[in-house]
Amino acid sequence: MIAFREVVVRYRGSAQLALDSVSLDAVRARITAVVGPNGSGKSTLVRALVGSIPLVSGSIAVDGESMDGSTRRQRATRIAIVTQREEPAFPLTVLEYVSLGRYPHLGVWRSPTKVDRDAVARAFELTETQPFERRAITELSGGEWQRVRLARAVAQGGDAIVLDEPTTFLDVGHEMAIFELLSRLAAEGQAVLLVSHQLNLVARFASNMILLKGGRVEAAGEPAAVMQGNILERVYDWPLVVTRDPAVGAPTLVPLRVRPRSARVE
Amino acid sequence: MRFSRWTLLWLALGIAIIAGVMIGTMRLSLADLVHGVIGVGEPMPIAVVRTLRLPRVLLAALVGAGLGAAGAALQGATRNRLAEPYLLGISGGAAVGAVLATALHTPIALVPVAGFVGALVAVALTLLVARASGGRGDARVVLMAGVVVGAFANSVIMVALANADASAVRGALWWMMGSVAEASWTQVRVLAIFVAIGIGALIAFGRAIDVLALGDDTAAGLGIDVARVTLGVYVVGALLAAGTVSAAGLVGFVGLLVPHLVRLAGARTHRAIIGAAALAGASLVVCADLIARVAMPPAELPLGAVTALIGVPFFLALLRRLA
Repeated sequence: MIAFREVVVRYRGSAQLALDSVSLDAVRARITAVVGPNGSGKSTLVRALVGSIPLVSGSIAVDGESMDGSTRRQRATRIAIVTQREEPAFPLTVLEYVSLGRYPHLGVWRSPTKVDRDAVARAFELTETQPFERRAITELSGGEWQRVRLARAVAQGGDAIVLDEPTTFLDVGHEMAIFELLSRLAAEGQAVLLVSHQLNLVARFASNMILLKGGRVEAAGEPAAVMQGNILERVYDWPLVVTRDPAVGAPTLVPLRVRPRSARVE
Repeated sequence: MRFSRWTLLWLALGIAIIAGVMIGTMRLSLADLVHGVIGVGEPMPIAVVRTLRLPRVLLAALVGAGLGAAGAALQGATRNRLAEPYLLGISGGAAVGAVLATALHTPIALVPVAGFVGALVAVALTLLVARASGGRGDARVVLMAGVVVGAFANSVIMVALANADASAVRGALWWMMGSVAEASWTQVRVLAIFVAIGIGALIAFGRAIDVLALGDDTAAGLGIDVARVTLGVYVVGALLAAGTVSAAGLVGFVGLLVPHLVRLAGARTHRAIIGAAALAGASLVVCADLIARVAMPPAELPLGAVTALIGVPFFLALLRRLA
């Protein structure tokens, strides 16, 4: 389980807090989703978790163990991150790329053992990316690439996996495939922490939602509790309604069109 | 890379070294070479092998190995295929050191030392400028800082040369064009230790460079301290390049070209790329020095000019492939 306790983060040279006393739990075997408008602190949350920005106060713990004293490599053995964007500078094969997920376990000199090879094989199997194994990562389609990136994170073999908007550039089919894959990972016992703009999908897949705005938690809880018209309208600063999806029964956000305030006919 | 490719690289280096020792103004046979190495037989070939050819060829190999490995590591760490070992202002700094030394009439033996010190000062300056601009780990900021320091070094050189006499100018220019003609066993020994440690350290960075190439955020997620690793590669790569500069002056294009060739040949992970670039770089510079000696006898061409002449068409071909 990943637990944030009153985490405060401030970027250097900025007067505003990027995260203002954020607390949240991402429990095992569940998908926990962090949502919120652009600039609400979602990506900062991921950076704080990795340790690439220091906490002003508060704490982050994984399975009850504080991350304060742990090195980045120790963190990386427990939490795998799939960042928002990733553009590898040099071509690798998919197998080589997924194997890089074992880096935090290998370090500088240790050679891969059976444990490492098994972890990579399992990642391929779970993400159904085996067919691409020999291809160059530069030759994959957007959907394939996202799945391969997930495979790398699974190969990392931690207890938690964190994804920052993993479906941004994907079509409906590939997006659903990623979400199904995430719920499969959760079913395997992983804690899945998902940062996403796709509120409607998140409401169907996640068991817990955290709504951020301006670095603060505006609402948290089950999707039905967070997906409230008045809350979302305020946070996203846009007129909208929340209905129930007629097909699956999940709360669904429908943004409304703004009527032109004064139709000028000149 | 497969085992057979490594064998091929070692074999190529072996052949280059043997050819480098045998071919020259005085042509030696294979027997002369063996006699020279074991020290039995006629004194003349033994002397040529031991005091002239072997140290020269080995120095060339070490210079090439250092430049190839440094270039490969720096290209990886900066995620930029146009990065090369001299990018942190090393060439400019080394030239300033050498020019100032010659302009001040210091003994010729101290010119390489001045070049080394100049290179280190330039690297320190580049990293400080980059840091002051807030881009400690940002490759682009470091590259820009290198350009700034290089431009400053150029202006210093021009000011220094404006007041220097013609022979000093010629001496400094000659040193900057690169040469292993004055190779001594002491130089070989010192550079061998330097290059071995440097390449070892860069290969140790190899896996981290693979991860770095995925981008800062992903690398951080895989447990890498991006700023620290990048700085480490810069410093080791720069020291390695500065060491070769102090031994042989500026030998251009090797550190830029060789990593490309190695990647083209199929090396993809940086431990392999750095190791293979060291071997290929060594072969290339040994061959270039051989050409420099025999192309226009009795004159010797500057080593840097030969590597550039080899490098330009290769690079043009590469450009066509990339475009």
